[in-house]
Amino acid sequence: MESVIDVRGLTKRFGARTAVDGVSIAVREGEILGFLGPNGSGKTTTIRMLCGLLRPDAGEGTCLGLDIVRDAYRIKREVGYMTQRFSLYEDLSIEENLDFVARVYAVPRRREAVDATLAQLGLGARRRQLAGALSGGWKQRLALAACLLHSPRLLLLDEPTAGVDPGARRDFWAKIHALAAEGMTVLVSTHYMDEAERCHKLAYIASGKLLVTGSAQEVVAHSGLTTYVVGVPGGSERALAGLARALEAEPAVTVVVPFGTTLHVSGIDAAALERVRERRVRDGGQRWTRIEPSLDDVFVRLVQQAKDADA
Amino acid sequence: MSAFSLARFLAIARKEFVQMRRERLTFAMIVGVPILQLVLFGYAINTDPRNLPTAVVDHDRSAFSRSLVQAVVNTGYFRIVAAPDAEGDAERLLERGDVQFVVVVPPGFARALQRGERPAVLVAADATDPSATGNAIAALAALGGAALRHDLDGALAPLAPAPAPIEVRVHRRYNPEGVTQFNIVPGLLGVIMTMTMVMMTAFAMTRERERGTFESLLATPATPFEVMTGKIVPYIAVGFVQATIILGAAKALFAVPMLGSLALLFGCLALYIAALLALGFTISTVARSQLQAMQMTFFFFLPSMLLSGFMFPYRGMPGWAQALGEVFPLTHFLRIVRGVLLKGNGAAETWPHVWPIAAFMLVAGAVAMLRYRRTLD
Repeated sequence: MESVIDVRGLTKRFGARTAVDGVSIAVREGEILGFLGPNGSGKTTTIRMLCGLLRPDAGEGTCLGLDIVRDAYRIKREVGYMTQRFSLYEDLSIEENLDFVARVYAVPRRREAVDATLAQLGLGARRRQLAGALSGGWKQRLALAACLLHSPRLLLLDEPTAGVDPGARRDFWAKIHALAAEGMTVLVSTHYMDEAERCHKLAYIASGKLLVTGSAQEVVAHSGLTTYVVGVPGGSERALAGLARALEAEPAVTVVVPFGTTLHVSGIDAAALERVRERRVRDGGQRWTRIEPSLDDVFVRLVQQAKDADA
Repeated sequence: MSAFSLARFLAIARKEFVQMRRERLTFAMIVGVPILQLVLFGYAINTDPRNLPTAVVDHDRSAFSRSLVQAVVNTGYFRIVAAPDAEGDAERLLERGDVQFVVVVPPGFARALQRGERPAVLVAADATDPSATGNAIAALAALGGAALRHDLDGALAPLAPAPAPIEVRVHRRYNPEGVTQFNIVPGLLGVIMTMTMVMMTAFAMTRERERGTFESLLATPATPFEVMTGKIVPYIAVGFVQATIILGAAKALFAVPMLGSLALLFGCLALYIAALLALGFTISTVARSQLQAMQMTFFFFLPSMLLSGFMFPYRGMPGWAQALGEVFPLTHFLRIVRGVLLKGNGAAETWPHVWPIAAFMLVAGAVAMLRYRRTLD
């Protein structure tokens, strides 16, 4: 299958700071790539380089078979880019916004395309309402519809579901999967682990460096983590917090993540962690259950690793 | 209502100062601009212009006529820049605005003077701006009596006492009654346009940036030229509506004469508006917020108004200030609009003021295109 995004060594510097450092990404047609990483890790900068809004300082590659530096202008026609911040005109009506986008992209049979989009969104009756008056979820739906209007072959979505309620998020992901099934390639950045699990493939970036890529299973397997759920039956919240601090001090424990009334405790050295478990269980009061590490555990570990490497 | 808390008040005042300091441009405006403007306008503005360019047509060419011309120069208000042979040539200089006055010494001046016939010296003044010529004309009026006193000695001494041996006949051209409105109202057309046109376009881009719509616009296939022209053209239409309203009011309320071709005026107006919009667009590519755009607009607007000859006589300014004034489109537009309306100037007399505006537009447009990026870098 053809690679829709195929970039190598993308680097972007802002002054002395390297925002994106040698990032290589390959996404095949019809694939949904989840782009993860903490705030300020370089996700938005990478996306902007992919759609020609920023010129990379180093690196090369293609987007839809077009060179990302030389053909930046042509890439713009073929890509649907949804910005992190709502970027339609709040002082234009829903219909006027769609009409503007359709005109700028020279969408054939514009009126029909706009009407069809309005009908699809179920906004036909509210078409004259100002876009600024819409709620967060509706703005997101409208923004997605606007970047689909010119039938792009690649969607770049920058935290599309930030601040959107779970119902709207569910609808949104159903729509993304339907589009991918029809051959649309999607790169979507997110902070939500449940969303990450819905992606075909993940790429995790921290401090501008790509730390890991692969499917959710691959990422987990690749991490080499052993994880336990640790509970203290009948224990107080305060006891749990104390336990978390105590476990973090153990050399064999690399990550402790609170999960409601339990802790997810992970380590790289499975044998050493096993010895900790035996000692703790023997001392009594704790229940240790082996589980598959979650993406969350893996990513907390990855960020830690990156920090240690920087230090 | 709770009691006034000094701590809370100080917290807010402190925050305000910090924000003010962060906004570098505002800070520069607060400190630098007043000094700059004080020096610039303080030295440049002079409401009693002297050394006004004057053409002399001396048909007499006698010792008396030379003496008279010297007396005119000695008032300090006149500077002889041309001495054409024909009155028609002098007339054209006046129309084009190259000279402010034409002094005509009639043939047989010396003889008439010696015979005590009180010959008349004709002075034509470009009175489109009454304030620029007022003092000079007053100086001329006082001249008649004193000018030739020491030439009329010996046998001619008896001629010296009053009444004055010559008559100075002043024609206030283009605005014979010296109506201030005739000068100010057409000028206001240019001033109002400078203000509104520059500001509107300056906001056009910064608004996109502030509201976050800029990134999406940039992600579309629209080219910089398409964006710039697309954003400018609607405001040209707005400018025409504005100009029509102002000119209508000028006629209806102030009875400003409109001698020249309105088509010519509107043609020049289109160019003038385009130049202002190009500047506004340039500002909008530099300013990071609407507040900054507004500040830059004012930074341009104030010298436009003060150095263009709108508020104070252009010829009253020192040479460096006049050179600076030449940069502003308003300076040239004022000459065009006053020329066309009050003098009835045609294309030939207007052209010298058209190309500087065109040049300004090209430079501003080029800067805008260079500044406008297709990327967010």
